[in-house]
Amino acid sequence: MKARTLRRHMKESLKNLARNGWMTFASVSAVTVTLMLVGVFFVIMMNLNKVATDIEEDVRIRVHIDIAATKQDQAALKKKIEQIPEVESIVFSPKENELKNLIDSLGDEGEAFKLFEQDNPLYDVFVVKTKQPEQLEQVAKKIEKFEFAYKVKFGQEDVDKLFAFIKSSRNVGLVLIVGLLFTAMFLISNTIKITIVARRKEIEIMKLVGATNAFIRWPFFLEGLMLGVLGSVVPIVLISVIYEYSYDYISGKLQGHFIHLLEFNPFMFQVAGILILLGAAIGIWGSMMSVRKFLKI
Amino acid sequence: MIEMEDVYKKYPNGVVAANGIDVRIKQGEFVYVVGPSGAGKSTFIKMMYREEKPTRGTIMINGVNLAKLKENKVPHLRRNLGVVFQDFKLLPTLTVYENVAFALEVIEEQPKQIKKRVMETLDLVNLKHKVRMLPSELSGGEQQRVSIARSIVNSPKVMIADEPTGNLDPETSWEIMKIFEEINTRGTTIVMATHNKEIVNTIRHRVIAIENGQIIRDEQRGDYGYES
Repeated sequence: MKARTLRRHMKESLKNLARNGWMTFASVSAVTVTLMLVGVFFVIMMNLNKVATDIEEDVRIRVHIDIAATKQDQAALKKKIEQIPEVESIVFSPKENELKNLIDSLGDEGEAFKLFEQDNPLYDVFVVKTKQPEQLEQVAKKIEKFEFAYKVKFGQEDVDKLFAFIKSSRNVGLVLIVGLLFTAMFLISNTIKITIVARRKEIEIMKLVGATNAFIRWPFFLEGLMLGVLGSVVPIVLISVIYEYSYDYISGKLQGHFIHLLEFNPFMFQVAGILILLGAAIGIWGSMMSVRKFLKI
Repeated sequence: MIEMEDVYKKYPNGVVAANGIDVRIKQGEFVYVVGPSGAGKSTFIKMMYREEKPTRGTIMINGVNLAKLKENKVPHLRRNLGVVFQDFKLLPTLTVYENVAFALEVIEEQPKQIKKRVMETLDLVNLKHKVRMLPSELSGGEQQRVSIARSIVNSPKVMIADEPTGNLDPETSWEIMKIFEEINTRGTTIVMATHNKEIVNTIRHRVIAIENGQIIRDEQRGDYGYES
């Protein structure tokens, strides 16, 4: 397309947006509200996912070693575990270390356990990490059968519950988002329909003097695009600001844990990109839907 | 050159508006299409600029069969046709100049060419002095002249007019006819549907009478043939 023609289309669509000021405002608001909700939901979902992954990745198998095992037995057990193909790493944690961890994790009350330092009742432990979190159970079952593996523990149940929760809330959210997107598209399509009704004569004459459908469609396409992109500005700004504050607040609370939220950069830029694209898509789709009918004049 | 062969048109509501129309119109001819209301005149005219598609038969205009013309080729057909209506179909927010230029802008003509051709055409219809006015500031005859200017600004070979004088008083109608005559002498074929007995009987041209979707009379230099 020639630059001159594109300029004409731009001028045409801006003129129409201005002429139908209130309808423009209504559609932009519809997109704004939709994208705001979609954006907030998306940010929460992505962070929940991140938290779940963090927790999941932290899940390890703890193999309590039989007290009867000698150093050689321990080494043999370690070797056998290492040979399981799904095992990523194995770390030996002597019982002194385990007791110290226990005392630390209990804080002040842990002091009571200091008595046991002389006669440690805990076991030496192998901490085993698998390559994939899903392999935990399978690997744990294999290790259970090995000699001198006294007890094999892993926290899969808790993780499963968390994942089930995230999954169900994600489904509910998706339904909501799709519903909202359709509402916004419907509103835009109606806005543009109103501007088209006003321009019906113009389209009719354009067709009579031999304008192509593509030529007629362009200004509407641009209008939809502008409505959508305009509608994404407020949600992007608001969500970024809110996220920055929440990130600082929540990260402060989470300090020292292995759980982290998604970093502002690049996460917020990705969110912004997604919102702009969604806005543009809603706008274009809405306007193209309403133009289609009128091109048959 | 316009050629219709065994053209049959049935609307979805069952009305048969064209029932075996055969006609040949040579380049440069001036043809009146007459007949009572609802006889099929408008359908005849509409099929020529592919507003309506025939159910059966062929319509050739300058070697193109409109019955088989693909939807995306219609714009190119229309660029070689000028169409004028009873109700002018001008855009009320555009000036006289802009209304005429519109026809060239939407087919992406060069800006220099647009200016030159619009002014030439407005000169032909004697409206050069009113280029800046809006349609609402013009009389009916002047509005129709703008609409004619728009239809011929692209120098089409064929001009199609559907009751162009239907909304005008007799005196203004003569003015419009004078312009049509002028356009016709330059070699443009004109097909004009009309109810204006006086015009048909005074400015003699070929007359095609349509009734019940059929051509019942086709005379070189014919007369209107109906009681007003």
